[in-house]
Parts: sequence; C-alpha cells; structure tokens
Amino acid sequence: MQLNERETEHDQISSDRLLRDDTKSVTRKIAGFQYFVVAIFIFLASGYWQLQVQNPDVYVEAAARNRVKSTPILAPRGKLLDRDGRVVVDNKASYALILNRDQIKWEHLPAIAEGLHLDYNDLTALLRRKSSQPQIIIKSELTADDIAFIQSHRDAATFPEMDMIGSWRRLYPQDGFAAHLMGYVGEISESELDLPAYASYHQGDIIGKEGIERQYNDQLKGVDGQRRVLVDNLGRERAVVDPHDQLQATPGKDLKLALDLDLQAVAELAMDDKRGAVVALDPRNGEVLAMVSRPTFDPNKFTGRISRADWQQLAGDPYKPLLNRAIQAEFAPGSTFKPIEAIAGLETGVIDSQTHFHCSGGATFYGRYFECHLKGGHGDIELHRAIAQSCDVFFYNVGNRLGIDRIAEYAEMAGYGHKTGIDLPNERESTMPSTRWKMRNFRQKWWAGETISVAIGQGAVTISPLELAAAIGGLGMGGKWYRPHVVKDATPELIREKHFDPGNLAQVISGMYGVVNEDGTGRAAQLPNVKVCGKTGTAQLAATELTKHSKDLKNNAWFVAFAPMDAPEIVVCGLYENGEESFNTVPIVRDVMKAYFDKKDRIRGGKAAMARLAPPLLLSFPKWEAPPAAFEPQPMPAVAMLQFAFGGSR
Amino acid sequence: MPAGRTFRDLDWSLLSISLLICGLGVLQIYSATNGTKWQGAWWRQIIYILTGLLMMWVVANVDYHSLMGHVYWLYAASLALLLITELIGSRTFGSTRWIRIGGFTLQTSEFVKIVLVLLVARYLADLKFEHIDWPDLLRLGAMVAVPFFLVLKQPDLGTALTYLPILAAGVLVAGLHWKHMLAIAVVAAVCLPIGYHFLKPYQKDRLVTFMDPARDPRGSGFQVIQSKIAVGNGGVWGRGVTKGSQTHLGFLPVPHTDFIFSSFAEEHGFLGVVVALVLYLLLIMQVAENAQSAPDRAGVFIAMGIGSLLLFHVLANVGMVVGRMPVVGIPLPLMSYGGSNAWSIFLMLGLINSVRLRRFVNR
Repeated sequence: MQLNERETEHDQISSDRLLRDDTKSVTRKIAGFQYFVVAIFIFLASGYWQLQVQNPDVYVEAAARNRVKSTPILAPRGKLLDRDGRVVVDNKASYALILNRDQIKWEHLPAIAEGLHLDYNDLTALLRRKSSQPQIIIKSELTADDIAFIQSHRDAATFPEMDMIGSWRRLYPQDGFAAHLMGYVGEISESELDLPAYASYHQGDIIGKEGIERQYNDQLKGVDGQRRVLVDNLGRERAVVDPHDQLQATPGKDLKLALDLDLQAVAELAMDDKRGAVVALDPRNGEVLAMVSRPTFDPNKFTGRISRADWQQLAGDPYKPLLNRAIQAEFAPGSTFKPIEAIAGLETGVIDSQTHFHCSGGATFYGRYFECHLKGGHGDIELHRAIAQSCDVFFYNVGNRLGIDRIAEYAEMAGYGHKTGIDLPNERESTMPSTRWKMRNFRQKWWAGETISVAIGQGAVTISPLELAAAIGGLGMGGKWYRPHVVKDATPELIREKHFDPGNLAQVISGMYGVVNEDGTGRAAQLPNVKVCGKTGTAQLAATELTKHSKDLKNNAWFVAFAPMDAPEIVVCGLYENGEESFNTVPIVRDVMKAYFDKKDRIRGGKAAMARLAPPLLLSFPKWEAPPAAFEPQPMPAVAMLQFAFGGSR
Repeated sequence: MPAGRTFRDLDWSLLSISLLICGLGVLQIYSATNGTKWQGAWWRQIIYILTGLLMMWVVANVDYHSLMGHVYWLYAASLALLLITELIGSRTFGSTRWIRIGGFTLQTSEFVKIVLVLLVARYLADLKFEHIDWPDLLRLGAMVAVPFFLVLKQPDLGTALTYLPILAAGVLVAGLHWKHMLAIAVVAAVCLPIGYHFLKPYQKDRLVTFMDPARDPRGSGFQVIQSKIAVGNGGVWGRGVTKGSQTHLGFLPVPHTDFIFSSFAEEHGFLGVVVALVLYLLLIMQVAENAQSAPDRAGVFIAMGIGSLLLFHVLANVGMVVGRMPVVGIPLPLMSYGGSNAWSIFLMLGLINSVRLRRFVNR
C-alpha cells in the first residue's frame, strides 16, 4: 500500500510538471521585480538629488578648491636708505620652498628633509606648529643644490607637495654694521599674533622685530599678492586663472634715514671691539646721524630662521650683544653732568663767573670726605677751569648750594628723567633723583649728603648715550631740545626750550671749549678750524645687571662734544664701558666729529658729487670678533655691591 | 527561421532605448577623453556598438532552445576560457582579466555572464516543482560558484559579483521556500565576515572607505570623494560638455570607463542624470516586459537573468558614483567605454530578442 501511495504521488508530481511549464505563475514575480526596479531607481536618483540639487554649493566650492591653486607672491620690504640715498638694507631675490599642506604625504618628508639638508624632526615640528597654514615655507634662500633637487623631484610622481616661489631675503650690512639701529626681521610669533597691533597679520608673516625694522614695519612691509593657477589632480599647472583675478604684490615703501653712512662707518671703526655706544645727532633738528652699539650681532642670521646655536650664543652672551646700548644702556653720567649743573648754578645765582672754591684734593660734606679725582687738588678754582679740568670739589660745593631739587629742575629741562621719545622701540628712561623721586620710589626723605654725589653725576642719576647727546646738544643750541629721530625729512619737533641768560650760557660753553682746546681733559678732540666743545666723564659703576663681574666694574668712560661752538651742527656722545679713563673715549668722538667736518669740507669744495659717489664703506669693513661664547662666571666681590661711589670723577 | 520572424519583429523599443543610452555614452566618452591620451576612444566605442548590433542580430535569429541544448558544452568552454585567461592573460592594474586576440583585448569574464544566464535558465526550466529542493539549489549554486571563484581570483570582485544576481533572479523566479531563503540568509551572514578576510587589501580598503570616505581622503577615499565632488559640481544644469573641471583636470579616476556616470553627472547635471536614469529604467522594464511575454519558463529565466544583471550593474555603478555603494570596478552597461562589455550586453539583448521573436510560437 505504501508503495502504491508513493506511486500515486509521483504521478501527481509528473502531471504537475507538465502544468508548470506555464509562464502565468511567474507573472506576479516579474511584476514584483518591476516594483523593485522602480524602488532601486528612486534610491539612486535621490543620491543625485542630494548632491546636485540640495547642496551643490559645497561640491562646487570643493571642485574650485581642487582646481585653483594659489601661491603667494611675496612683496619685497621697503629698502632702508641713508641720508644721501645710499642703500643700507636691501633685498636679495631668492627662492623659497613651500609645501602645500593638502598634498603632503608624511612618508615623503624624510626624503625631502634629506634632499634639502633640513633636520627631519625640525621639519615635522614646523609642519605641526603651522597647522593652520595651507602653504608652509620650509626653506627660504634655496641654494643651487636645493633648486636642482626640487626641480628633479617636484613632479607628480615623486613629491608633488613641493612648490618653489620667489622670495626676498633681507640683506643687512655685514659684520653687524648698524645692526642695532636697523634691527632685523623675523617671523611673527604666537605671542605677537595675540596683540591687537598685529591683528591683520597671519601666521608665517615676516615682521620687523627690532630697531627701525620694527618701528616702521607698517610702512616697510608690502602687501603680498597671489598667483592663481589651474592645476590638475597631480598639481601640474594647466593654465593661469583669469589674469585680472591675479593679485599683484605691492612692494613696501623705501625709508630714507637721517643716518650718514660715512659717519656711521667711522663710528663703527672707532668703536672697534670696545664695549659701549656712539650716537651722533644734529642738534638743530634731532636727526640721528650715526648710532653704534657694541658688542654687535649679525642681523643676517635672523632673516631666514636663526639656528638654535646662533640664538643661544646671542642670548647667552653676558655682554648682551642684542642690547642697543645707545638707547638702552643707562649709566651714571659722571662729570658729563657738570655743564648742566653749572648752568643751574649760574641761572639760580648760587654762583657766578667769579665764584671761587678751594680744592685741596677733596672736601668734607655732612661729616663725610669726598675726594677730587686730582689727588693734589686744583687749588683755588673758578667755573671756567672747573669745567675744563673737571674739578669735583668745585661742583660738590655748587651742588651743595643748589640742593637736589634745583639740580633736578635743570637736569630734567635737559632731558634727564625722560625718554627722548626717539622713533625706536624699547628706549629706556634716564633717572634724575629728587626729593619727590625718592619719596615716590623709596618712601624716604632725601639726605643732603646724597646731593654731593649727584653733583658730579654719580649716585642715582643715570642716562643713556642718546639722551646725553640730546641733552648736551640742546644746551649747545642755547636751550633748544629737539626730539631725536632716525628718519630723514621728519618735521623737527622742539620738545623743550629755555631762554638762558646769554652770559651764563656763554660761560658754560666756554668751559666746555676749554675742555677740548685749553688745558682740559678732552684735548685729544681738537680739530683744526672747528671749535669743538665737549665734556668728559669717568663714571664709577654701581652694580647693575650689566655689571655682574668684578672686571666689569672698571669705570665707564664718557665723552660728549658738539661743534662748532657758536652754531652747533653735530653733537656726538661716546660711551666706552669699562674704558677706565675718559680720554679713551675722546678719540672715538673726535673721529666721528672729524669725519663730519671733513665731509662737509669736501662737499663745500665742489666735490659734492665725488663725496656722494664714494664707494660704500660697507664693502671693505673689517670683521668684528665675536665675544667669547663661554664666559667664566666669577664670584662678585663685596666691593662691587657698593650702591654709590664716593670717589673722584673727572 | 519560421515565417514572420523578420527584422520588423525585433524589440524596437528595447533597441532604441539601448541606442539612446549608447549615444549618451559615446558623447560622454568623447567629452571625457577630449585632450587626453584616450582621445579617439569615442569612435572605437561606435565600432564596438555597431559590431555589437551585428552580434545581437545574429543571436536574435538563433533559437535560444538550441543554445540551451548546448549549454553544458558552453559552460565547460567558459571554464576553459577563464583558465586560459589565468594562464596567458595580460596583467593590467594588478589583475589578469584580459586575453589578447589579434589587436583586441577581450575580458573573458564578461562573456561568461551570458553562458551563466543560459545555464541557470536551462537548469531551472528543467525543474517542474513549486519550490527548488536543496540538492538542486546546491548543484546550481556550485556551478555558478566555480566561475565566480575563478574570476574572484583574477582578482576581479566586481565582475564576479555580477554572476550572483543571475543566480538569485533565477532561483527567486523558480520559487524558493521561505525556510531555504532564511537558511541562505543565515549562511551568507556567517560567510561575509569570513570572506572579508580573504579580500585583497585594496578591496578591504574600499569597503572601509564606503563606510567612511573622509577617513583617508588622499588614499582609498579619494575616488569616492572626488566623484561626489564631480557630481555635486554639476548642479542641476551641469557644467556643459567638456567643461567639467573634475573630469578634465584628472580629479576623477577613469572618467570614461567605470566613473563615466560621474563625469556625465558633472557635465549634464541633475537633468542629465534623470534622463539617463529614466532610460535605464525603461531598458530594464522593457526586459521585464519581455519576460512577461516569454513563451515558456526558459524564456522567462533568460529575460529575468539579464534584467537583474543589468539592474545590478546600474545599481552598483551609479550608486558607487555618489557613495551609495562601495567602489567595485564594474562598468555601466552601454555607456562605459570598452568592447567586451558592449558586446556582452548586445549579445544579451540578442538573447532577449531571440525570446521575443518566438513569443507567438505555439508548441
């Protein structure tokens, strides 16, 4: 039976088979397939709807970013010219290598670093630091080797991220010539980017960091342009995008300085490797004719990216070569203070031309003995000789009669206690003590004994070479103080004026004439046919940050002079740190002074053209020796801690 | 040839739709290769189309039943062809897919599709049950699996995958018990992660990229991102012929073959896309119509196999271009440049016509 049943079943299936070759039964399945097809197409079309209709802008922009590559056209900075139009700071055309961030492949970097002689770790650190820049300059000033490497490797198959652009290297005079005055440029730092003054600047921008470069950055800086090209997927240029759409670079404006290269060169030579500063001003309008600070540094090292070793050497040097001593070194003026005190004494009437004091090599005030620098004493001495021979005892007495506040009144008139307001960054302020000053700063009463030191330019009184030049220059002008400035053709700005009694003024100036031309302390500054007036100063040092070592406690030697006597055209101030004797500074100032008048003679002699066409002195400049890199620290002797010196000063 | 089976009886709707799509393809090949080293591909494509039409006419006049009668020989010949390809094929882009005959290179795996369509139709037409049994399913599956793995090994995942919709369509039309369907789903779910390990690294990359194209925009995500940018850049109206920057500045990978629809979308915009998609929809619908009107189950299987194959091609290619499908390198039927694909499609259209021409034959 079972067998039978199975037979029947098989028969049924067989008959079913015949029926099944009928396409009717699949009609519904095919219809189902058709619905499925429609659903698939709706799904597909919706994908295109989304991209092409709903938000095509995103993709249109992305396509534009793909095909348009912008490379910067760097604008050259303005040149710095001297007063005769000679180029002091120039630009040299060179090439820089940029990496396009969106094409960078990290595995390429070791080879790129090697090919360009860069440190791989420095390179990756640089790329990480500048993560916001689409194009990063990784090496400026490419050498011929670098360029050969780039041109053989920048193709699409090797390192398409590399791009070469024209760049400008700032070219400063060699060997630190006028380095402090010019300053240097560098990449804007993170902290500077946060300042409101640099709001319009971006990461990677080059700005003036110091000196004139910083002060006049806005004028010197040009506006970078952009070159826009059509590129394919491999970064190859296909065409230049619409030429009207190219953004041309606007070069920075040149800046004409009051500086006289001839004078500057002489001052640089005269300072040689002495530590200190020289400033030459035109007292009639405040123009800075020369400004030297020693030790110096090579600003060219800053233009690319300063190497760590160079930076550490500069920053770690105990003599601080980056400091512009002309405006930032504040030292006791020593005897150079005496002309100011003399005019104060005369104007207030505490002395007159006939007033005599007796100098026996020292004098006692308020129970304390103050020495004169001349051990034997000057004997009976009046104002003219007291200035010329720099008698301390005479001025102790004058100071004692005046009292600190009257000294301060006249000193402040000459510029003590103020900045000059020169157009250079980071000028420091001189100090002029007074009863108010002491109360405000120390909450103490002024002791009359302190006045005696101040009377010969010691004690708390300090001044910088620039401020001293301005002070004495204004005095030489008969009481007209102009604000010093470094650019030419600026309107002279009279900052203070005092109508002195002509007789009184003449006596002081005649004393200063005696310093140079009679039996004075500055005879070495004599010039033929020019009446030079000056004043020496040997200032003892208080321990300050600049004088950490005992051997740095040798006296500072000052000399400040103006000429001609009757109508001053130039005032020069020299500071020779630890120069010991002021006569060591006199020749420096004399050289600058002489150069000024020699040049004037040449021009007046009809050789103006020759003078102006003189070959730049920069070319034949001797090399300055760098200060010792490693300096042996020595323990500071107790004597160095003496706050004020009570010894002689001449 | 029986009387009445004439030129006039060909499926002219199917043919005109196909030729319109071919026209769009030639235009786009012309545009995308303009000024490149492939310039001139468009007229070669026209030659492929004309020879394809000839092949179609020949196949249309052959009774598909006689083809099905020899299908096991054809199947054996296909496997032999794939093995020969493996042995003497020329290696391009890291894959051995082509054999050189005369001046032509043929992608053999393209023609295997047609044999598989016939094989599945023959096998399933012979079954007369409501549902397919396990043994039949496994036997048929194994027969498809052999060329599948041969092609996968070339490696050519895309073409290998196109064999599966032929099988799937056949099995679904023949009738699959829901328990079997469930079992297949479970097996597939288990096999997929295991299979992932056997994929080539670049294939894995593509899958990962499909999930998250932004993960590595310069690497494997590049193609999808650039393709999407090209499509979006087209907007509604398109950039115009030869004006697509993505296409012409090389940002699109192979803008005349696998990514032809991307460059088409960039230059013709959403309107062009809609026209093209409507044409493809009509094409597949017309194939399905021919399945409806087929005289027997064998004809239904052939038409449905070809219809689902075309659907898979369009879905994978057009979906890939906008990131809706992972990147698998398969051409867009009738548009992408290439002789093997054009001929294989026209041969399949010939089969459709062969089925159609015999729709009124009473047995």
